[in-house]
Amino acid sequence: MAFVQNFPFFSIVLSMFAGTVSSVLPQKPAKYLNTAVICIVGTMSAVLLGFTLQTGESFTYMMGHFPAPWGNEIRAGVLEAAMALFFCIIMLLSLLGGRKKLLGEVEITKHNLYYILINLLLSSLLALIYTNDLFTAYVFVEINTISACGLIMIRENGRTIEAAVRYMIMSLLGSGLLLIGICMLYDLTGHLLMSNIREAVAQIVAEGTYSMPLLVTIALISVGLAIKSALFPFHSWLPDAYGYSTVSSAAILSSLVSKGYVFLLIKIFYRVIGFSIIRESKIIDVLFLFGLAGIIFGSLSAIKENDIRRMIAFSSVAQIGYIYMGIGLGTDVGMIASVFHIIAHAATKSLLFVAAIGLTDVSGGSRKFIDLTGAAYRNKVAGVAFTVGSLSMVGVPVFAGFISKFLFANAAVYNSGKMLPALVVLSISTILNAIYFMKTVIRIYTPAKTDYPCITWKQEKLYAVTMVLFMILNIILGMGSQPIVDLIQQGLSTFA
Amino acid sequence: MGANLFANYGEAVAVILFGIGFSNLLLQKNLIKKIIGLNIMDTAVYLFLAEKGYIEGRMAPIVVDGIQSVDAYINPIPSGLVLTGIVVSVSVTALMLSLTIRLYRRYHTLDLDEISTQLKKEGR
Repeated sequence: MAFVQNFPFFSIVLSMFAGTVSSVLPQKPAKYLNTAVICIVGTMSAVLLGFTLQTGESFTYMMGHFPAPWGNEIRAGVLEAAMALFFCIIMLLSLLGGRKKLLGEVEITKHNLYYILINLLLSSLLALIYTNDLFTAYVFVEINTISACGLIMIRENGRTIEAAVRYMIMSLLGSGLLLIGICMLYDLTGHLLMSNIREAVAQIVAEGTYSMPLLVTIALISVGLAIKSALFPFHSWLPDAYGYSTVSSAAILSSLVSKGYVFLLIKIFYRVIGFSIIRESKIIDVLFLFGLAGIIFGSLSAIKENDIRRMIAFSSVAQIGYIYMGIGLGTDVGMIASVFHIIAHAATKSLLFVAAIGLTDVSGGSRKFIDLTGAAYRNKVAGVAFTVGSLSMVGVPVFAGFISKFLFANAAVYNSGKMLPALVVLSISTILNAIYFMKTVIRIYTPAKTDYPCITWKQEKLYAVTMVLFMILNIILGMGSQPIVDLIQQGLSTFA
Repeated sequence: MGANLFANYGEAVAVILFGIGFSNLLLQKNLIKKIIGLNIMDTAVYLFLAEKGYIEGRMAPIVVDGIQSVDAYINPIPSGLVLTGIVVSVSVTALMLSLTIRLYRRYHTLDLDEISTQLKKEGR
């Protein structure tokens, strides 16, 4: 066994250990430890990605050398390594962009707590990506929920605590459904390791017994994870949670936490149940419909919103809808589009949140559109970055969002039954996206006479560098998409 | 169908309890009642697992006087899952209760809708 194959395990344990150590560290060392851990985990994932690309297949890693039915397993392939690397990049950039704001919004004595939560969140995300065991996945889903809740409420005011409570309630409903789904699946198959369950499920389907319990199980797991990832109509907690938490939290929550659950769902579809059985079960049609409804509803709510942070949050509802629409198409092409959109949306949404905070800071802290007039002149870097993010969300070529829209449209053509609704909704939503994002861009570039201070990039070097890195990442995703799409395709083919 | 339901009455009860807990967590306005609903829901899952893991006439796989045949023991994994689940449920309940205390100190009510209206009045 190559040494590189230990890396998934190392990255999970390293970030969890860093979280534990941070509890006794003062603010600064905790911050540096957190940054170092994210960088190390990112580097390890990059090496792992190189390794899996070379071997071209995924490998399983036995925890504690107990063989298959008894031990716990980690499984890593091209897609998992790429996701881990990408999540690390986004997390690092979101934290860098929100660092100055964090000082103002969270008490200094609580900063090490913040980094504990970030480390735990990273470790649980990595575990969701790598694990090959369903119950382990459930436990890490709960760790993910608890740390995400902490990230929302660490900025203490009434709004965030209320948002955290609403978030917890919705999440707990989702994890309850997921848990009973996993227990029923264990009951049906007698296994908890994903590959073993798959064999048992194939046997059950071949014999034609227990078709109803299997359908119920698939439905419970899908609905549970859909609730957790804020698919319409389970999104009621989302605007408050993203809108009022501190900016790094909002960026991480919208771009990583919900994506972790979607990734787990894709993994369950491919590796646990088998995609052909999922396709026959009609569950994906339900996901497809709710995805479409989410796209329209999220965009309409975003248009009505008068608060820039909540507008971006509602746009997240629409983007989650896109991802479920891609899953719902029920083809491998649709799945590739969904996975690419997970990446593209994560890159763009975190960019938008961090850019929006730069704009509101030069408008006296107000998030109302009327006060944001001309904000792009007062903070030029944030203005340009917000424009890049908006163009990407609308789907203008060169930027990441265009590629995912293109992939979705392409995937829709391959599915004759769902082609028409998917294409119609795609075009409607592009228009709606353009309405609210371009409205904001025009607003921030309308000159206005105000006495708010101007901020140049020299005053906030870290912020400016982060914004530039975000924009470069977005343009890389938009221009050099073919290698990434090939990589996702290769990853999905070895995923099952 | 009916005979199956009667033979597996433990599981049936567990699923009904799960439904009760789920709807309480979803529909109650009072936060404490919501948390009680959460606990009923989680406990129902443990009942389900325990019911599935138990085989009549067998005992827990703890070696007392020499290892007996495989037929003497039940499968220990569901019990292990119940233990893990209890740990998760306790920590989540603690977190929810602490959040409830925070909200109660601020708004002097446990009604989530009431809190929302107060927040709107604050206008922030």
